[in-house]
Amino acid sequence: MQLSRTARILLRLATALGLAVIYAPLLLVLVNSFNASRSFAWPPSGFSTRWWAAAWQETGLRAALATSLKAGLGATAVALVLGTMAAFAATRYRFYGRQSVSFLLILPIALPGIVTGIALNAAFRTVLTPLGVGFGLFTVVVGHATFCIVVVFNNVAARLRRIAPSAEEASADLGAHTFQTFWYVTLPAVRSALLAGALLAFALSFDEIVVTTFTAGPGTQTLPLWIFDNLARPNQGPVVDVVAAVLIVLAVLPVYLAQRLSGEPLR
Amino acid sequence: MTRSPSPRPPTPGAVALSGVSKAFGAVRAVDGIDLEVRPGEFFSMLGPSGSGKTTVLRMIAGFEAPSAGRVLLGGIDVTRLAAFDRDVNTVFQDYALFPHLSVRQNIEYGLKVKRVPRAERAERAAEALATVRLHSFGDRRPAELSGGQRQRVALARALVNRPSVLLLDEPLGALDLKLRQEMQLELKQIQREAGITFVLVTHDQDEALTMSDRIAVFNAGRIEQVGTPAEVYERPATAFVAGFVGTSNLLQGPCAVQVFGESGTYSVRPEKIRVAHPDDPTGPDEHAVTGTIGEVVYAGAQTRFLVDLEAGGQLVAVRQNFEESGADAARHRGSAVLLAWQRQHTVRINP
Repeated sequence: MQLSRTARILLRLATALGLAVIYAPLLLVLVNSFNASRSFAWPPSGFSTRWWAAAWQETGLRAALATSLKAGLGATAVALVLGTMAAFAATRYRFYGRQSVSFLLILPIALPGIVTGIALNAAFRTVLTPLGVGFGLFTVVVGHATFCIVVVFNNVAARLRRIAPSAEEASADLGAHTFQTFWYVTLPAVRSALLAGALLAFALSFDEIVVTTFTAGPGTQTLPLWIFDNLARPNQGPVVDVVAAVLIVLAVLPVYLAQRLSGEPLR
Repeated sequence: MTRSPSPRPPTPGAVALSGVSKAFGAVRAVDGIDLEVRPGEFFSMLGPSGSGKTTVLRMIAGFEAPSAGRVLLGGIDVTRLAAFDRDVNTVFQDYALFPHLSVRQNIEYGLKVKRVPRAERAERAAEALATVRLHSFGDRRPAELSGGQRQRVALARALVNRPSVLLLDEPLGALDLKLRQEMQLELKQIQREAGITFVLVTHDQDEALTMSDRIAVFNAGRIEQVGTPAEVYERPATAFVAGFVGTSNLLQGPCAVQVFGESGTYSVRPEKIRVAHPDDPTGPDEHAVTGTIGEVVYAGAQTRFLVDLEAGGQLVAVRQNFEESGADAARHRGSAVLLAWQRQHTVRINP
């Protein structure tokens, strides 16, 4: 389509403005983390790395980071196993209620976090507490897994639909047993989809705050919860900026990689 | 099902089906089929889509389990064996090459999963690549090959395992006409040299007639006729076979009574028919019928005459264009003609 010169300029301006609205505040956070002043005053009064040093010293922050990593890895592991199995079931087999099961699997990603959070909180209280399992890392992992499963399921199911079932038949035809076929033919075909799903799942879990609030219990603090707690505290503003700056970088990487992997042609 | 007149071979059939049926839900895709493919034979299963031929092939390969009946390979019952335990290999319609493996790795796959030593694997793969004339393509990915080349890789990947039977599911369907005709000859040559039994599924009657030692014509889950290409073409057993293999050219009803003095269904192939002037004499060994030329179709090498018979019905006659060209032929439209053919070329079709 040919566009007039004016239209092209206007479209470029609109794009630039849109991107600026999204990314200028993020840039501001990065700048503020190096701001010598204690308040978010503009323009910055000078360059300083003292907030970075302060953040490094913060033990509560380190503990929260560790908790977040554990929760993310745990939720991702659960999602990988269950999401992959569900994707195989939904694409490779015909069974009664297949459509409904697929729908129910995807639904949690659309449910408001607050609803999931309240529901899980009530459920854990009624079921797990009498069994002696209190709120903590385990409940956070379960809570996160409910929506992490979705991204793994979607990625793997989309890939499985794209690979022709005849490749697996050809493998069996050439003498490969079921496990050999899975290992040599199916797994290589879904490997990058698995990785993309896992990266997205981890990213989702790592920045989750609403469901976490309802499933963590008093003794467990993930990184987003720590930030939320410290944002309002006096003197902690710049440290939160440092954490936010680090998180921006950490969040960009997995999403970028996941996009590369899922867009990759089948090889 | 009509058996060919030659005696049963002493060795057990390479493939034998007895009473095989397959139902998908309420649909009977294959309905009580008996079939015997002889060792070393090029056997084709010909039929329209949905006639059950591919399902039969998949049951021989082991991808589908029959609802009833038995499948035997070399005299051994394999009905309950999985695909990976059967000594057959398949060339798939969509080739089903492994996209993440190189051509050589694709070909070596069957040997690798059967734990054939590396050196022997490489040697046999090189041999198979040479057979299909792709010596220098071993390191390419399937995505970097043309359709015809992929087809050859699929063939090499199956042949390298030296199966007792090779199954081919419409292997040339995706190729253009020229390439398809080349590959038909090449497949036939490879089959003769390798001495392997080939079972081919096709809906293309020319392909079946060109390549096969024997053909089974499928319709609606059953076999209508089994025979050599000449038998199936010259002496179709049913109206369906007459119509599916070649032009049907059926004579029935009052017209049949008038020409043959007896009611029934008869068939005569278009190229056996002589188009003559209505007053021309007919020989004692000839059947003849009069009619009017309704349409003249010029087809390069031949001209086809669609003749409306006086006694009802229509016949197609084909004439080689020795002298006449299309423009001359067209002026025959509307002329009264006599169609005559040797009595031996009349085929009585079972009702």
